[in-house]
Amino acid sequence: MKRDPLRTQRIAFFLLLLATLLVVVPVGLIVVIIVQKGFPAISWQFLSDMPRQGMRAGGIFPAIIGTLYLVSGAIIFALPIGLLAAIYLSEYARDNLLTRAIKLAIVNLAGVPSVVYGLFGLALFVVFLKFGASILAGSLTLGIMILPLIITTSREALESVPQSFREVSLSLGASKWQTIRHIVLPNAIPGILTGTILGLGRAAGETAPILFTVAAFYLPQLPRSIFDQAMALPYHLYVISTQVPNVEEKITYGTALVLLTIVLFMNLVAIIIRYRFRKMKKW
Amino acid sequence: MRRIKEFIIEVLIFICGIASIFFVLLIFLFLLKEGFSLFKFIPFGNFLFGKNWYPISEPAQLGILPLICGSLLVTLGAALISIPIGVACAVYITEIAPAKVKDVLKGGIELLAAIPSVVLGFIGMVTLAPWVKKLFGLPTGLSALSGSIMLAFMAMPTIVSIAEDALYSVPKSYKEGALALGATHWQTIWRVMLPAASSGIVAAVMLGIGRVIGETMAVMMITGNSAVIPHSLLQPVRTLTATIAAEMGEAVVGSEHYFALFAIGIVLFVISFVINVTADLFLHRRK
Repeated sequence: MKRDPLRTQRIAFFLLLLATLLVVVPVGLIVVIIVQKGFPAISWQFLSDMPRQGMRAGGIFPAIIGTLYLVSGAIIFALPIGLLAAIYLSEYARDNLLTRAIKLAIVNLAGVPSVVYGLFGLALFVVFLKFGASILAGSLTLGIMILPLIITTSREALESVPQSFREVSLSLGASKWQTIRHIVLPNAIPGILTGTILGLGRAAGETAPILFTVAAFYLPQLPRSIFDQAMALPYHLYVISTQVPNVEEKITYGTALVLLTIVLFMNLVAIIIRYRFRKMKKW
Repeated sequence: MRRIKEFIIEVLIFICGIASIFFVLLIFLFLLKEGFSLFKFIPFGNFLFGKNWYPISEPAQLGILPLICGSLLVTLGAALISIPIGVACAVYITEIAPAKVKDVLKGGIELLAAIPSVVLGFIGMVTLAPWVKKLFGLPTGLSALSGSIMLAFMAMPTIVSIAEDALYSVPKSYKEGALALGATHWQTIWRVMLPAASSGIVAAVMLGIGRVIGETMAVMMITGNSAVIPHSLLQPVRTLTATIAAEMGEAVVGSEHYFALFAIGIVLFVISFVINVTADLFLHRRK
């Protein structure tokens, strides 16, 4: 019996659609569930109060602040290094073995499991450099983790600046660095910004790298210096959903909602910047 | 003056340029430094193939075979689910979906990639695990199966986006040629597009699996954390990553247990290194 190719096609396309729905529908469901169950918990008090009664009541203020500190620290460390590395790769690097090695290192850095970053941060920053479990150690660990993301996005932004811009600048007598500083960088800023914000979002959501480098189980006060431990939102969510018995459902969902909102908000901002930049592009 | 300033800046740029190599080496070095101390206490073979992981018994038994089996089982399960579905999803998005639907689908996948793993772990714990428990009549839903489903889901963004790139970069003329010869759209996809994109798809699958092996928080929250050699997907297991995350808090700095957790870190680092280098080779072969 000969199969009808059009019928086969209909069946195949149906299966492909099914597979796609299997991926996309749960994503929507997850967001809806978290918003629905977490929203009743959100109040000014929840956002601005210390946790009370062993985290079973009160708010999540110190965790929010801790995450803000960690994320800022990570970006202060990773942005300059990442940006300069991207400049090297897009403007200076020749097609040789060293460049190949750098690219391979970036790919590997992006692939190292997050918990291994945690181990590394513990061994280098906490124990070897004697920072102790602190915001400094956590920020540096997160900073190294988001480095590949910042390098890759910044490099794409720099490389998308047309070659002719550079040629014109150089032909007018500007030096290579002047060309980069005044011509290439300004035109690449939206792309670099997109990468930076994505990096912020990534750093805000990661738990494993901060487990042993900074995160405090329960610390109802704000950190006073970068050598203090701090609470952080993702770790707090882990703790109240697995380690502390009898936490009200509302509070865990509320915490998940706040974390998800921060991360998705940053992604949204990045997408908007990218979208507007594409429309504005002069070339 | 200006030339000196520019020279300094360019040196700085070069230093930052090679910083990635420096950091990879630094990570490896510090894992080795702490992890290798373990082998003063127990031989390498006993560590890798020992069947018992009892880190706080006296004397401590530090065999990671149960953990390796746990990681392998969960990864295998996740791969079986995520590879067909992920590649199918990529085909649907690149070839079949209308432009507007395509944007929505891509947005959904990007959204999934952005959700922190601890949030996914939490949702898996309260929704997926009870469901698996009920469906199979298990004492607990926190099992390798729940972990596999969760991880398959988390590998999707990687698999879909890289497979999508691979399909997208198949030359238009291939597709046009097949269609002009009278092949149906599906025949073109199955016989022409997929084989032409195969090395990119292999890379997509490998990187997806890399993501699965390295995933920590969700897996720790949902697999039940029991460090015994598993016999079925319905049992609780413990993975390499979850062991580090769960136990490092209690291990005393400088103890055998502490060194053993770093030695597990070395194993994970080597696995991810091999996967990433191989995937990179596949991606470059395409060009």
